[in-house]
Amino acid sequence: MHADFLHPAVSPGRLQLPLFASRIPAGFPSPADDYIESRLDLNELLIQRREATYFLRVKGDSMQGAGIHPGDLIVVDRSINARDGNVVVAEVDGELTIKRLRLGAGNPELHPENPAYPVIRFKEGQELRIWGVVTSSVHTVR
Amino acid sequence: MFALIDANNFYVSCERVFNPALAQTPMVVLSNNDGCVVARSNEVKALGVKMGAPWFQLRELAEKHGIRAFSSNYSLYADMSNRMMNVLATYSPDQEVYSIDECFLVMAGFDHIDLSASGQRMRSQIRQWLGLPVCVGFGATKTLAKLANHCAKKNLAGQDGVCDLRQLDADERSRIFAALPVNEVWGVGRKLTEQLTRRGIQTVEDLRRANPETLRQAFSVVLERTVRELNGVSCLSLEQVAPNKQQIMSSRSFGTYVYDLPTLSEAVATYIARAAEKLRRQASLAGVVQVYIRTNPFKDNVPQYQRGLNIPLPEATNDTSRLIRAAHWGLKRIYQPGFAYQKAGVALLDLSPQAHAQMNLFSTTPNRAALMRVMDQINTAYGRGTLHSAAEGVRQSWRMKRDRMSPAYTTQWDQLPEVN
Repeated sequence: MHADFLHPAVSPGRLQLPLFASRIPAGFPSPADDYIESRLDLNELLIQRREATYFLRVKGDSMQGAGIHPGDLIVVDRSINARDGNVVVAEVDGELTIKRLRLGAGNPELHPENPAYPVIRFKEGQELRIWGVVTSSVHTVR
Repeated sequence: MFALIDANNFYVSCERVFNPALAQTPMVVLSNNDGCVVARSNEVKALGVKMGAPWFQLRELAEKHGIRAFSSNYSLYADMSNRMMNVLATYSPDQEVYSIDECFLVMAGFDHIDLSASGQRMRSQIRQWLGLPVCVGFGATKTLAKLANHCAKKNLAGQDGVCDLRQLDADERSRIFAALPVNEVWGVGRKLTEQLTRRGIQTVEDLRRANPETLRQAFSVVLERTVRELNGVSCLSLEQVAPNKQQIMSSRSFGTYVYDLPTLSEAVATYIARAAEKLRRQASLAGVVQVYIRTNPFKDNVPQYQRGLNIPLPEATNDTSRLIRAAHWGLKRIYQPGFAYQKAGVALLDLSPQAHAQMNLFSTTPNRAALMRVMDQINTAYGRGTLHSAAEGVRQSWRMKRDRMSPAYTTQWDQLPEVN
């Protein structure tokens, strides 16, 4: 017999609850009290599963067509199973490379988005090792 | 019902996650100061390199086989360890983190159920999320879970790195235990192994069949418990909160040989500062400070010297500068000029809870708890050593050598892995 676990949610992360700070008894309550919400936290937007998320730095310009430039920070979530069309980090010849994954009819391919770079194709029996799926890039403008 | 999950060649595996070129490379990770081997890849194990081997003795072999050596990158290993423990914590509410790369889980309510599939799920989740290989062992007791993990790792039982010992029938289990030397049992060290061997207890199966009463009389109640645990009677529960340490030690080898007292004093002050921080974290006071120095025992062509001294304090304390003063007092008494010192260390002993502090009637020293608290807060917020005692020195020329360290891939913005 095999058993299955019910998993609690992974990585609850930081929950910020609003603090109702104004004192009621003396004077008037703040008119804004009813509107207090937590402040925005970029982690919440960029990270779904903290334990599986890594930040990497982009070195080359092979993905500039996708708006990913040298020096950009990318957010990689290893818990996501890569699908056709995802931008991924893959292990090619012992190095980490960022490309768009294409799983057409034949063997998988890694497509750059810069005409100066060739498509990386995998022959029969050659294993494509996906390191993780890129979920965001952070481009600093100054 | 317990699980033990343990990462394979943890330090080596962490390095490989961020540097895939190392995937097949024979490699080792070295201890502080690049001294001894503390982790080996399978390729290196196959070459017969032993754990703890001094790196300089391996130079020739390393050159011949292209073995690569890395300094210990503790910020990377600690981050990956936290990730691993957090993932595993989702499989059970009861977790005991046993070391940087292994933890126990209590699998309550699964006593009669084959957990292999769950083990496979843990394994593949950690493989995917972290890139680390782990093995999983299940057993009715902690001791059996540890053995199951060993069987999984060595592929003696179970499948694909997961072994649930309860799924074996009695004969098969006896056959496997009879092939395992008794020192594979958790808590059976080298000395005990020798003593057991003299009594004819050579294998795990021998120990399992031994009479627990007799062993208690001949050895200890601890060994009696081990025998009971091997027979499926759980005697050890999870230790979820690490007990307060009974002694706190801090020691390092130096990056270069140190000859003079002022430099040794700096090093000793730094170690005291670190130990005192730990002491305050567990809200304890130390009654005795130990300090020791030694030359390099591997260099037998230079004059050897080593000495330590225990310095009892008039009043138990956790004040960094008072502890430093005591250590320096001791260091002056054991220091001999003319030797090439390679290592110094300190230990804080005779620890007592801060709450029970005995005040000395004649004490004139002011209470500086507030100062220590501020110092710890600042160092936690801005990094270790931001605020430190002047005795620790500024240049720290004796600091250890870590020439072969990989980047802090996951904890420093300027050291992130790069992608092309």
